[in-house]
Amino acid sequence: MDSPRLTPVHRRRIWVNRFNLLMSLCAMAFGMAFLLWILWVLFARGFSAISVAMFTQTTPPPGSAGGLANAIAGSAMIVCAATFISTPVGILAGIYLAEFGKQGWLARTTRFMNDILLSAPSIVIGLFVYTVYVAKVQHFSGWAGSVALALIAVPVVVRTTENMLQLVPASLREAAVALGAPMWKVILMVTLRAVRGGVITGVLLAVARISGETAPLLFTALNNQFASTDMNAPIANLPVVIFQFAMSPFADWQSLAWGAALLITLTVLVLNILARTLFSQRAPR
Amino acid sequence: MPADGATIPIDMTLGVSRAPSAMRADAPSPKAAHRMNWGDSVFEGVTRFFAVVVLLSMAAILGALAIAAWPALQKFGPGFFFTNVWDPVHSAFGGLAPIYGTLVTSMVALAIGVPVSFGIAIFLTEMCPPVLRRPLGTAVELLAAIPSIIYGMWGLFVFAPWFADNLQPALTATLGRLPLVGALFQGAPSGIGLMTAGIILSVMVVPFIASVMRDVFEVVPPVLKESAYGLGATTWEVVWNVVLPYTRVGVIGGIMLGLGRALGETMAVTFVIGNAYMISAGLFNPGNSIASALANEFNEASDPVHRASLIALGLVLFVLTFIVLASSRILISRLARGEGART
Repeated sequence: MDSPRLTPVHRRRIWVNRFNLLMSLCAMAFGMAFLLWILWVLFARGFSAISVAMFTQTTPPPGSAGGLANAIAGSAMIVCAATFISTPVGILAGIYLAEFGKQGWLARTTRFMNDILLSAPSIVIGLFVYTVYVAKVQHFSGWAGSVALALIAVPVVVRTTENMLQLVPASLREAAVALGAPMWKVILMVTLRAVRGGVITGVLLAVARISGETAPLLFTALNNQFASTDMNAPIANLPVVIFQFAMSPFADWQSLAWGAALLITLTVLVLNILARTLFSQRAPR
Repeated sequence: MPADGATIPIDMTLGVSRAPSAMRADAPSPKAAHRMNWGDSVFEGVTRFFAVVVLLSMAAILGALAIAAWPALQKFGPGFFFTNVWDPVHSAFGGLAPIYGTLVTSMVALAIGVPVSFGIAIFLTEMCPPVLRRPLGTAVELLAAIPSIIYGMWGLFVFAPWFADNLQPALTATLGRLPLVGALFQGAPSGIGLMTAGIILSVMVVPFIASVMRDVFEVVPPVLKESAYGLGATTWEVVWNVVLPYTRVGVIGGIMLGLGRALGETMAVTFVIGNAYMISAGLFNPGNSIASALANEFNEASDPVHRASLIALGLVLFVLTFIVLASSRILISRLARGEGART
């Protein structure tokens, strides 16, 4: 490279190249620095807040000790209900797109709208559920929260189910059909089963996505200071508790908020990594 | 199921027409066979129903928000979008400040996020040792997995004070002296404001933009890059003169995707933007965005006009993100189509 006959133009090109590649390295470092910074802060501040009491006691009034038991239970209930609503809807719609609709206008339009819904602002979805559900029944409820979260989860499941089904080789379907199986049986028992791992990945990613969502729950599930398992009433949940406690001036509330933040981030990251390893086991096929 | 019935669905649903024509002659007409397969019809009907549900939910969101926002739009007219009044006491509302805040924070996010994403995508596709490619790619994607409320807390308690102490005074003293651009770097160095919100948003959109860029960079045919290298081009020249022009449409699509994300981001912005209905050129001043106005005020708004005005803001946000995301989708799929089926 450094031969003595290097012209100035040549030298300039080499330096421009080195500089820009260095910048690209810096960009990578920038991204990693923020990831590590956030995780470090979470561990440093959240770890001390995690205790047995956090899982056994309910959210306290300011100035007294307490835990997050009701918020953890509420979050689990809302997310479970949302998963049970969104999984069948998402998988069936995904089957339609991959197996029946294909390139028809209905499938193309649905695919397009689904991709937009995938990135639609979650607060608007909360607002939507508020106007069509909460405003009609005149009270906030856990169910409304689940519906809002389900609306966010469905596009994720639709997308992964469709993509996975498209990976199934046509010969597998043809073999099953040649044995005399009707299409519904072929899809449910052969193709869907062949991509089971991928579809479960999609569901896990959807759960990871909705378990940290705060904005849609503000206008739907709201919050509840007391232990309640009534899904038809306002119900405590981790994200809204974090919002309320972190914005408060009380030190013990803020400390609990950090604990809850660590808990929720760990859950989301574990779900993500789990989903990725599940999929990578299937990927070589 | 009768054997003759089974050959027909292959033709009809899979488009596999390998059956010899002699066999087809014996088979009943396709219509009759279709009627026999009522199980399939029901199943297809059910899946189509759910596909339509997904499709209609989009229309339902638009419709429901428009109806709920109507009282405000009727009372204030188009001026709602161009006036800066937010007075719940006298029930006078105009959404210019939050609309301005939403656009400005998203622009700051793109101004920082796009070059960084570009750098990350180049690093991952051109420079990174293959062993590290997967773990580093996953690490970048984990940035997208962190819930936005965590960004908000971190932003309020850690980033904002750090930014106020270490960067804001320095930025005002240096970039703030420049003509024109200087006006952007003015304001009280409190750490809370449009700039902080924009920086945090930029970290949040980087994984989305970077992963689209990486994916489209990988569709460039190796032979194009190899010919450029063969002519003596440097890595940077290959990226800038071959890869980027080839993938331009997809890269713009990725940027639009990031913009769509930034516009609607709620919790991270709510914590750090300051929630003040004001419009100022100085990015260090507090402001408000549509999403944070909704998150902060909606539950306290008891006046129906106030509530309808907030919903009208939500409608603006939805329409805005719809346009941005739709164009992103079209651009990305145009590149994908040019390249044949690539998912």
